[in-house]
Amino acid sequence: MDDATISHLLITFGVLAGLLLVAPGLIWLERRLLALWQDRYGPNRAGPFGLLVVLADTLKLFFKEDWIPPFADKKVFVLAPAIVVITVLLSFVVIPFAPGIIVADMNIGLLFFLAMSSMGAYSIILGGWSSNNKYALLGSMRGAAQLISYEVFMGLSLMGVVLMTGSFSLIDIVEAQRYQWFIVPQFLGFVIFLIAGIAETHRLPFDIPEAESELIAGFHSEYSGMKFGLFFVGEYIGIMLISSMVTVLFLGGWYGPSFLPPLAWFIIKMFGFIFFFILLRASLPRPRYDQLMEFGWKILLPLSLLNLVVTGGIILWMNTH
Amino acid sequence: MFSIVRSMWLVFLHMFKKRVTIQYPEQKAKLPARWRGRIVLTRDPDMGERCVGCYLCAAACPVDCISLQATQDESGRRYPAFFRINFSRCIFCGYCEEACPTYAIQLIPDFEMGEYNRQNLVYEKQDLLIDSQGKYPGYNYYKVAGMAIQGKEKGAAINEEKPVDIHSLVP
Repeated sequence: MDDATISHLLITFGVLAGLLLVAPGLIWLERRLLALWQDRYGPNRAGPFGLLVVLADTLKLFFKEDWIPPFADKKVFVLAPAIVVITVLLSFVVIPFAPGIIVADMNIGLLFFLAMSSMGAYSIILGGWSSNNKYALLGSMRGAAQLISYEVFMGLSLMGVVLMTGSFSLIDIVEAQRYQWFIVPQFLGFVIFLIAGIAETHRLPFDIPEAESELIAGFHSEYSGMKFGLFFVGEYIGIMLISSMVTVLFLGGWYGPSFLPPLAWFIIKMFGFIFFFILLRASLPRPRYDQLMEFGWKILLPLSLLNLVVTGGIILWMNTH
Repeated sequence: MFSIVRSMWLVFLHMFKKRVTIQYPEQKAKLPARWRGRIVLTRDPDMGERCVGCYLCAAACPVDCISLQATQDESGRRYPAFFRINFSRCIFCGYCEEACPTYAIQLIPDFEMGEYNRQNLVYEKQDLLIDSQGKYPGYNYYKVAGMAIQGKEKGAAINEEKPVDIHSLVP
């Protein structure tokens, strides 16, 4: 093996290990931040700042009974939680963390990300369907509708960025933001992508597939033990994915003042959005299902089309003058 | 739309507010003096038991967690032979305290009664009786009641009139 292969392997496994280590840490972070915003302490007993609660949570999940309901479709039931983790982890393949720190620089990077996040919808649908439980089925139906409709303008809102860069490769997109982040010319696209991204990870306030006050736990009502844990890990890696995508597409990726290394800038921006996601959870109530759909199709879709048309028009005009 | 941003901002500002959590084992909550916790039996200022075994507390108890047996000593004072409270049943409602005519049974601000063995929650008289007058210092039932005991005749109590000689009432 030559040096390039070894460093590539190191990056690959480094990214994988980093994600799988940070994802449970996010559970701790979320609980501490929610507590902070609700004037509480959150987990602060086990270990320094309560960090060992992550270990306790994981161990607890491993020791729980791995229950498959007798009425469930066993093969699909087992497969569903794996899909969400696999698709989300695969999406990270195209994300450039810093110059040279990327698993695979594809010229269709952005499309790959969109494809993978669409595949993630299968996990919700299959999980709810195979559970053979009415609440799980309702949750998965809502989840499918939500994910598919928000997918539409999630893709459309990104096209402005693609138009301005002229490439689907995420490295090209970051490098095009060397002097000006796309959040300035593409502010509308940024807002739409952020909202659609929250809906894609079905985080609060768009946690309609889970909606514990209405549907017990929605599509993962019947799951327990590490299968439930996988849904959880998938959700948290999903948060990281959307945060890193926003960073890459709109906030200039690794670019920042040079007193910090590029990787540090990327991580700071990413965690800024993770904080924002948790703040959303702490402050906003869940909309009704039809309100969500109306908001998506009647407001966000026209806005993203408008954004696309205006961006395209300006670029065409600038090219001809 | 504005209200969404506003509520997010207001929640964010809570970051800088004081936390309301009391970190319990290290930091104790301040309990008011009349907080209803562990039940005790108090003594009068002469360190005699206040309880006269009238069963009113046991009758008032909605969960039947008090049981006792009244008896008398040679001086004529009534006292409970045994007094047992099952704290695994007690709901700390305070009805026993309200029912008690002699201020003997009292609820005090203490709740740290955790046990590993359920049987240990059954408190006997020696666990309940304290060497204190509790919330009513200076009160002594036999000093104000009209009942005669050894060393105190009828009419010898505080503010009590001498008993009427019934023969003097004969016309």
